[in-house]
Amino acid sequence: MLGTGLLQGLAVTARNFLGSFYDRRRFVTTQYPEQRTALPEAYRNFPFLVCESADDPMGTLRCVACQICEKECPPQCIYIEKSKDKKPDANGKPQIYPAVFDIDTAVCMSCQICVEVCPFDAIKMDQVFELAATDRFGALLMDRHALAKPNSYFQSIHPTEAGEVDSRLLAARLAAEEKARTAAAAKAAPKPAAPKPPAAPSAEAPKPSPPLA
Amino acid sequence: MNPSGLPPLASLPGPQIRAVHDELHGDLLELSMGPHHPSTHGVFRMVVTLDGETVVKLKPVFGYLHRNHEKIAEGASYLGSMPYTDRLDYLCSMTNNWSYALAVERLAGQAVSERAEYVRVILAELTRLLNHTCLAGFLLQDGGASGTPLMYAFREREKILDLFESLSGSRMMCNYQRFGGCRADPSPAWLDSARALVDGYGRFLDEYEALLTGNEILMARTQGIGRLSPQLAVSAGVTGPMLRAAGVGYDIRKVDGYGFYPRFTFRVPIGADGDTYDRYMVRILEMRESIGILRQALRDIPAGPILDPKAKQRGLRPKAGEVYSRIEGPKGEIGFFLISDGGPNPYRYRVRPPSLINLTILEDMCLGQSIADSVVILGSVDIVLGEVDR
Repeated sequence: MLGTGLLQGLAVTARNFLGSFYDRRRFVTTQYPEQRTALPEAYRNFPFLVCESADDPMGTLRCVACQICEKECPPQCIYIEKSKDKKPDANGKPQIYPAVFDIDTAVCMSCQICVEVCPFDAIKMDQVFELAATDRFGALLMDRHALAKPNSYFQSIHPTEAGEVDSRLLAARLAAEEKARTAAAAKAAPKPAAPKPPAAPSAEAPKPSPPLA
Repeated sequence: MNPSGLPPLASLPGPQIRAVHDELHGDLLELSMGPHHPSTHGVFRMVVTLDGETVVKLKPVFGYLHRNHEKIAEGASYLGSMPYTDRLDYLCSMTNNWSYALAVERLAGQAVSERAEYVRVILAELTRLLNHTCLAGFLLQDGGASGTPLMYAFREREKILDLFESLSGSRMMCNYQRFGGCRADPSPAWLDSARALVDGYGRFLDEYEALLTGNEILMARTQGIGRLSPQLAVSAGVTGPMLRAAGVGYDIRKVDGYGFYPRFTFRVPIGADGDTYDRYMVRILEMRESIGILRQALRDIPAGPILDPKAKQRGLRPKAGEVYSRIEGPKGEIGFFLISDGGPNPYRYRVRPPSLINLTILEDMCLGQSIADSVVILGSVDIVLGEVDR
């Protein structure tokens, strides 16, 4: 009979409309600024730079300005200048650091390739998405001061990934110390400062990061 | 007397056009629909010549969203092109990723782990569900059912996007496939939520079909509208649900058997009339088959590595050669043609976009139809302008 299909469809919409009063699953809208959905742990937005300490972010950046991310970034939104001098890193080894590290988040397409290629676990993806600014030109160009966030923050947004990174870094550090100790023992020379120089190559060598070697 | 400048009527497919130009009928009207017309699915423009309400000529104009995709990819590294493929057909980033990864894997001779092949099938079929659900909503929106079907479709789409987001980190720009596998391993909890979604999807489709399939207005607007003959579809290179709705049983999942598709049992729905209603129904039936594939894949997925850690991603320099990969995307055959000269970036990079090639027969389907029907016909072609223009 003509019209049965229509009536059947109307029954569906009526069921959905009335059902929304009883069934939470049919009531799907989140009223955004007041209500928020929980972000999944894997959610990514823009990159940030990991530093070890919140008190001295510039002194404890993991980044050694190797410029791999700058070369690999598909839209070329990263700009890095190497420092002329060296600063000690978390293992006490003197390292070059980024004198300039800019990310133009207006250009960035949040693809995560910088994170995958970084051999130092120095750049990770952030989850902050409310970045509206009134300045059209400068506000979305993030310099290293705006990008640096402590490892504890990384732990809070990506706990699983951060746990893996931390255990990997710790293992690398312990291995380097162990190697240095055996090297020092082999030399059998009473040099207390000996552990540091042999630790250098292993700390500088790219650590095995699962996605990309 | 043929004022519209068309070829002789007898050579055209479809019903004869009433392009009578006399005092009674008045002049022909050339109407420019788009690029900012809500019915054209993005920045697509149709220059339609009308005799009354009947389309006597239709010229598709595209390129407004051209972003130089292929040339950018020829300057980028092999890995660097992967996120750009997300932005071709931005509803189906997972299948775009897969087709591109397949091309590079063949070029570099990279094997794919078994678990990754399963995950790829799962994600491709989820993408098919997502795309066809959206298409049904958009098609009904084009037909004048403003709101309800589209909102129901988007409610379900959001559930699939939540899965994509919790796996890859992004709802639409997934950038998930890698050469030799996938980037992140789906957790058991993720697989469970995928199973729950797949189990509930059949019920949603039942509800959706109760709303639409038997609807008299939908039938009146789509049955017999925009017929596409199998001969024309084949000679124009049309692929995907468009081709199958025209009655040609051609599905690359069956023909090529790429990935692990030969391991799954599924049927390929085929239309009888090649009209807009068939194109709608073929997609609904394909979704039901996709649910079957997903059930099998989620049941059989093995444990194991998702990505070979030795598989080279950065600084890939495949040896000189050329390769064409194709998979059955939700819109049709999405293919990538790469020529390597041994350097760090492809010498030539070419995308075979299904929606552009499916769009080439738009005029043939619209001739003799009314202007309102041409909107529905365009909706049934299922275009995404990010892919048409690249």
